[in-house]
Amino acid sequence: MSRVALGLGASLRATLRRELQLAISSPGKIVNPLMFFVIASSLFPLSGRLDIDVLGSIAPGIIWVTALLAVMLSMESLFRSDYDDGSLEQLLLSPQPLYFHVLIKVLGHWLVTGLPLVVVAPLLGLLLNLPAQGYVPLLIGLVLGTPTLSLIAAIGTALTVALARSGVLLAVLVLPLSIPVLVFGAGVVDTALNGLPVAGVIALLAALLVLALSFAPLAIVAALRINVQ
Amino acid sequence: MWQWFYKLGSPRYFYEMTTGFVPWLARATFLLLAIGLVWGLGFAPPDYQMGDNYRIIYIHVPTASGAIWIYAMMAVMAAMHMIWNIKVADMVAKSCALIGASFCAVALVTGAFWGKPTWGTYWIWDAKLTATLILFFVYVGVMALRSAFDSETAASKAASVLTLVGVVNLPIIYYAAYWWNTLHQRSSELGVRDASANPPEIWIPAVFSGFGLIGLIFVIIILHTRNEILLRERRAQWVQELVKQETGNA
Amino acid sequence: MLSVANLACERDERVLFANLAFTVAAGSLWQVQGANGSGKTTLLRILAGLNGDYSGELQWQGKVCSEVRTEYQQALFFLGHAPSVNRTLTPLQNLRWFCALQGFADDAAIHSALNEHGLRGYADIPCYQMSAGQQRRVSLARLSLTSAKLWILDEPFTALDRVGVAELEARVSRHAAAGGAVILTTHHPLQTQHPLTVLNLDALRPEAA
Repeated sequence: MSRVALGLGASLRATLRRELQLAISSPGKIVNPLMFFVIASSLFPLSGRLDIDVLGSIAPGIIWVTALLAVMLSMESLFRSDYDDGSLEQLLLSPQPLYFHVLIKVLGHWLVTGLPLVVVAPLLGLLLNLPAQGYVPLLIGLVLGTPTLSLIAAIGTALTVALARSGVLLAVLVLPLSIPVLVFGAGVVDTALNGLPVAGVIALLAALLVLALSFAPLAIVAALRINVQ
Repeated sequence: MWQWFYKLGSPRYFYEMTTGFVPWLARATFLLLAIGLVWGLGFAPPDYQMGDNYRIIYIHVPTASGAIWIYAMMAVMAAMHMIWNIKVADMVAKSCALIGASFCAVALVTGAFWGKPTWGTYWIWDAKLTATLILFFVYVGVMALRSAFDSETAASKAASVLTLVGVVNLPIIYYAAYWWNTLHQRSSELGVRDASANPPEIWIPAVFSGFGLIGLIFVIIILHTRNEILLRERRAQWVQELVKQETGNA
Repeated sequence: MLSVANLACERDERVLFANLAFTVAAGSLWQVQGANGSGKTTLLRILAGLNGDYSGELQWQGKVCSEVRTEYQQALFFLGHAPSVNRTLTPLQNLRWFCALQGFADDAAIHSALNEHGLRGYADIPCYQMSAGQQRRVSLARLSLTSAKLWILDEPFTALDRVGVAELEARVSRHAAAGGAVILTTHHPLQTQHPLTVLNLDALRPEAA
């Protein structure tokens, strides 16, 4: 027999691989949130005659708000096809620890949707006249903050997966819960622009990430079990 | 104690137990509110700084802090519903969402009415105001999620999960609101002075209206839960007998 | 293997079934019958542990199912209405993930399972290019990969051609004969070599009695 028994790590890798394969086979999943991020951010300068320095000072907020919306929109599809085609049942009924599988699924999704946002963010910084000392804090904040946003959005997605049209509802559920990440994320840049030390704020963002990593999967699994009946 | 607790989880027992109790609670509430508000709004002396504007605190302060405690109660109910599958707990949680959101709204509106003459603006992004606004959003989310499901079971379980996620998140939201405020160097002008600094003619009516509003919370929750019980148990024999009795008397 | 006691479920104010009690023994083949909306799918999903909205008790090998969840899920293979096949992935990718969730990797077995189910040469074709019947076959290829004792299959014959139906009938019979157990629903008259136990939900309904 060629059958190889897999440990938890190997079977988690299989879930991660599947998530990445799904993303590669429909590239729109990667590109669309990214385009949304760029387009939505560039609306702000067009929406009024903003002083260039004022624009620079609200740039962190603009980038963070649009990143938050882009992450939320990209997460909507996380469980959708698995719910529709029944794969979610197979996951819930497998003898695997769901906590880890759900976690790896969200992080896999973040790799293809959240990480590209981080990469593009400096470009938006240029467009929005972000002062030079703001770039590094912006990137650090986004690296630590977008996975947290993904996990929070995944809770909302899991709660609404059985509902046919969940877009606006998802926003109503997820946006209030995302506010702390937004505040501290944009706060990292603001703090840096004010010339203050940023380590404390970064630690807060990291703490939020740890909290989300530990608790969000529990809520996601519970939400999925409620919806798959 | 546990047995009583367990029995209270039965919709029928909850309904029958509250039947006799609620009218008395309602009367006491009315009395407390009447004393607190008439005294506070009509007879308490004007504040030496704010004149008569301060009188809004007789409603504003209890609703604002009540909104937080109602969320705590809703979270406990949601946990009881998730862990022990107690249906009454879920019905109470549903009532909590409604009254919690209303209290937030009242607190925000009265805060604005107070802010206009005091600060010259209806709204400032003060930490307390911001946090109350976000709390309002969270309540709205819980209600929106519940109403989105067709199935009662799924709706109540989903709302419970979101409530519990919210309870982890709310302290962080409050902290974030305060942190953000200090970052932007806005002073917290809404700082209420130490209560004992005020003369007793001012704070005693506040105690009455405070307890009155607590009573009001419970009266509304109990009445709302009783309606919910009748609605969800409408096919149960005891409800049908009750209806027969009521319509027979009418 | 699986025993059900005092099972009741109501949905939307309607009692689907009540006081349901039966034991699915090793080596038995069960068909759940009933008109549309009689609760067949609900019953199967309750038995699989997906739907928790019921009263009564489910026992696996004498132990309450919810207490031995992992053990029960290891012994269970469930296939719902939806084929659980992702359309953008290939059959090989789909089945690899299924195997990984069961805790093993075995590409040779996947290929032979696909061959067995009439999908020779389709391993690397994205599923959206395949017909509904072929997707169903990808889904059913899991039966050759799972080592589960208890199979719960909801309308497994959907979209299959006549040959596919006969093959599946033979497969469930063989599984029961080998000491496994199968519970399935179908609207098509089953022709199995193995004796069939019928559970008719319409006949059990209180108002019908």
